[in-house]
Amino acid sequence: MSGSSAMASEAGPLTTAADPASLTSASGDSEQRRTVEVDSHTINFGPQHPAAHGVLRLILEMKGEVVERADPHIGLLHRGTEKLAEYKTYLQAMPYMDRLDYVSPMCMEHSYVLAVEKLLRIEDQIPERARVIRTMFAELTRILNHLLNITTYALDCGAITPALWGFEQREHLLEFYEAAGGSHYHVNYFRAGGVAKDIPKSLEDRIGNWCKQFPKFLDDLEGLLTENRIFKQRTVDIGVMSAEQAMAWGFSGPCLRASGVPWDLRKSQPYEIYADLDFDIPVGRHGDCYDRYLVRIQEMKQSLRMMEQCLARLKPGPVKIQDNKITPPKRGEMKRSMESLIHHFKLYTEGYHVPEGATYTVTEAPKGEFGFYLVADGTNRPYRCKIRAPGYAHLQAMEVLSKGHMLADAVAIIGSLDIVFGEIDR
Amino acid sequence: MADSIETAAPSKGARLQALGEAVRQALPRATIESIEVERGDELVLRVRRDGLVELMTLLRDGADFAFEQLMDLCGTDWPEKPLRFEVVYNLLSLSLNQRIRVVVATDAATPVPSIASIWPNATWYEREAWDMYGVVFEGQTDLRRLLTDYGFEGHPLRKDFPLTGYVEVRYDEERKQVVYEPVKLTQDFRNFDFLSPWEGMTTLPGDEKVHLNRIEGPKPQGTEA
Repeated sequence: MSGSSAMASEAGPLTTAADPASLTSASGDSEQRRTVEVDSHTINFGPQHPAAHGVLRLILEMKGEVVERADPHIGLLHRGTEKLAEYKTYLQAMPYMDRLDYVSPMCMEHSYVLAVEKLLRIEDQIPERARVIRTMFAELTRILNHLLNITTYALDCGAITPALWGFEQREHLLEFYEAAGGSHYHVNYFRAGGVAKDIPKSLEDRIGNWCKQFPKFLDDLEGLLTENRIFKQRTVDIGVMSAEQAMAWGFSGPCLRASGVPWDLRKSQPYEIYADLDFDIPVGRHGDCYDRYLVRIQEMKQSLRMMEQCLARLKPGPVKIQDNKITPPKRGEMKRSMESLIHHFKLYTEGYHVPEGATYTVTEAPKGEFGFYLVADGTNRPYRCKIRAPGYAHLQAMEVLSKGHMLADAVAIIGSLDIVFGEIDR
Repeated sequence: MADSIETAAPSKGARLQALGEAVRQALPRATIESIEVERGDELVLRVRRDGLVELMTLLRDGADFAFEQLMDLCGTDWPEKPLRFEVVYNLLSLSLNQRIRVVVATDAATPVPSIASIWPNATWYEREAWDMYGVVFEGQTDLRRLLTDYGFEGHPLRKDFPLTGYVEVRYDEERKQVVYEPVKLTQDFRNFDFLSPWEGMTTLPGDEKVHLNRIEGPKPQGTEA
């Protein structure tokens, strides 16, 4: 491979053997001048490739080692979440949402519960403590997501240590997941009307202690990558997206902000308690892979700030609305009250009926605008549940981003876009 | 009291209604079929198919609208309606911080004009709508299936497509290849009917009061006081 590219550079512009003009000039001119035949060929990247971040089949049309066309084939992880949700009650559909973007499960639940709450018209009645817990875990999840993305992205670019370090921090965060929701990963913790159960008393302190040590870790991580020569060579000026292009291609989240668009749903269309929190929006300038990395690093710092503010705001109180038509009664009540028992039974068999209507509800998920277009027809099941995944729009721009780059750059671009197939294929 | 608040600062619903009217004014023909503000929060325009491209171009380029981004495009299936499919476009304006939803109705045979020339990212969304519902997009040059298997038949998100599908896939050890077979389930999918008369949507004669405890739509504001 390296030999042929060296020859190509000696021979100047690439010519093909079939071209008669080049044949005559090659034979007539001099002995040194050689004709190199380079035809475009197609590479099948994936579906099982460690740098594809899941099951991506990328058909790359190459000219030498330069990408001419990129055609992503997706759907290899398609599980029919949208169809399944149509056959489940609103409550039963919840666990599927964890499995969309499986590196930031709670943020997926978040969009869904906000959409259901809007349709139920209870979005103003959610208790303060539930809002704070949900915001805190949404931000915790953002760190969880960015840690995985940045470290595996660095792994794609040749750095192994960040992944080893990052996974330790992720493990701490997943323990908080487990303490809150009982499960390490697919917690199924958020509910329309609040959260499933209150967090244990000790968890606030544990999260507080974790927050204290995290800035040190971030500095160490940045020490490994931010000024790292190899990492910068692999990412600076690779996969550049201008602000106009990014908007036209439906970019959102860190990928849009890296292109210099200061847009964040938490600021511009605030939900939960974001309007009361004090945080900044990091914005990039060049829209290249390196800026996407920088934006994510800064976002983790902002998320940490928000988590600390949430901890300070956490006051005792109910964690779900008291309407037993939507949230289950307490266990103790069920032992004594017949009505509570009936409520519990009806809620977990029939579920709640959601009044007719449709909503497009979005949140700022770690990867970008994660939305639900939810149509209710008055029954206990969603009539239509369209999931708008940010990665879907990002991956679609793969051809624009990688055209003219080397094959190895395509890997860096995929890493910088933060692709997870759970949400893209749904 | 309520009136004085409204004159001071128009509610979000009123602002969205005004935005919808502005769109209607800017278009020459009766392109807009209806303007609706859902729950005073989300603006929905129902439009005719033939005016779609014109409308979308206006929404993107008009200075008062400036919807730079197509965030989502999806199909919906309403089998009982004469035009059974709806294509739903969710647009976002970053500069004016507003959203709009555009809905077009069609059936399996009539194509909807493609808007891939306006927003390049419409291509995948249109491919998905074709894949899932069989909605045809006119002017879309790349209408391949997107999410389903190579060689898949049917449109799985249609309401008449069974949840279990028709074929299942496994690797055949003897033939050394992946084989497709009709779905065999040891237990049928249990589709419970929750619309039971004792706490359902149907009202038995003399049983109207069960609905008093139900979650209903929004109460009109101001009537409670």
